[in-house]
Amino acid sequence: MFGFLTETSWSPYIAGAGIGVLSCLALVLADRPLGCSTAFVKARGLIGMLISADRTKKMEYYQDIVPQVDWAFMIIPGIIIGAFLSSFLSGTFHVVWVPALWGSVFGGSAVLRIVVALAGGILLGFGARWAGGCTSGHGISGSIQLSLASMITAACFFAGGIAVAMLLYRVIGVL
Amino acid sequence: MTTLAAMRESGSAQIVLGLLTGILFGFLLQKGGATDYGVIEGQLLLTNFTVLKLMLSAVIVGMVLFQLLKHYGYANSHAAHGTLGSNVIGGLIFGAGFALLGYCPGTVAGAVGTGALDALIGGMIGMLIGAGLFADFYPVLKTRILTSGPFPAVTVPEFLKLNTWVVILVLEAGMIGFLLLLEYAGL
Repeated sequence: MFGFLTETSWSPYIAGAGIGVLSCLALVLADRPLGCSTAFVKARGLIGMLISADRTKKMEYYQDIVPQVDWAFMIIPGIIIGAFLSSFLSGTFHVVWVPALWGSVFGGSAVLRIVVALAGGILLGFGARWAGGCTSGHGISGSIQLSLASMITAACFFAGGIAVAMLLYRVIGVL
Repeated sequence: MTTLAAMRESGSAQIVLGLLTGILFGFLLQKGGATDYGVIEGQLLLTNFTVLKLMLSAVIVGMVLFQLLKHYGYANSHAAHGTLGSNVIGGLIFGAGFALLGYCPGTVAGAVGTGALDALIGGMIGMLIGAGLFADFYPVLKTRILTSGPFPAVTVPEFLKLNTWVVILVLEAGMIGFLLLLEYAGL
């Protein structure tokens, strides 16, 4: 009866429809769009509070987005647990340093992969806050609410992403 | 409705709800294939359309559902005014990071859950650094760039000066048509 929970993957249409319902549930129960990048601001602010509480409290951005453990913060630990459960139940959980596609073009060096991933992560965190949201907050929840800004932002995520991915794999990768 | 308002205002209820929402989200992202580096990078290389199928399905279902929930008073619109300076520039910076990392802010956490250490050591730590940098630059960016070039409207129906349900009908038809086209093309 619960066999579908142990399947390796579901149709993206089914999983996507579920995410659509979940995004609406978040808007009803939490009165918030289901986004993921706010949690990183809150976590970074909490780390800042440990290092220098005075300096962190004075920063304007942390007055707008208060560093605390709340609904938006808990999304990220939740996602880690949910994805772990899903991959563990289907037997696909495995520890890996270098993704297969990356390794096939740029080799198996974990150091190179981590350096590029770190640079990507910094741009991603910086850009998400600059744009005021991420793929789920703007791309899904914002689009659901017919937000013009969110649809334009999502288009820019993919425009920038496609350009840099092509540069990485179709230009640098074939040198 | 009073129970709903009380739930939204209860800090502890919201912490539990946030965790449960995250767990379901992570489960669906992983089952949908979106926590895999190859799937996400494949979307940006236009060789694998799983991410777009997942996102468009979510929007197709959510757009109608949200409008009904809003109509009956169960949900509020959080759509806000955007600007060229914030949404376009920020979106392009995000895109560059998206391609280099191969995950987005939600799927990076999902990838960690499936055992991807590049997502944990590179992605999550990078995101913390990036978010912190933005907090440092925020007072300067706020007055100079983030508010420049405001968009003419908050929502698409306001922008097109059309009835909300007409816009939804057209967008739904467009998204479903696009997905059918992808399947027809064998992508």
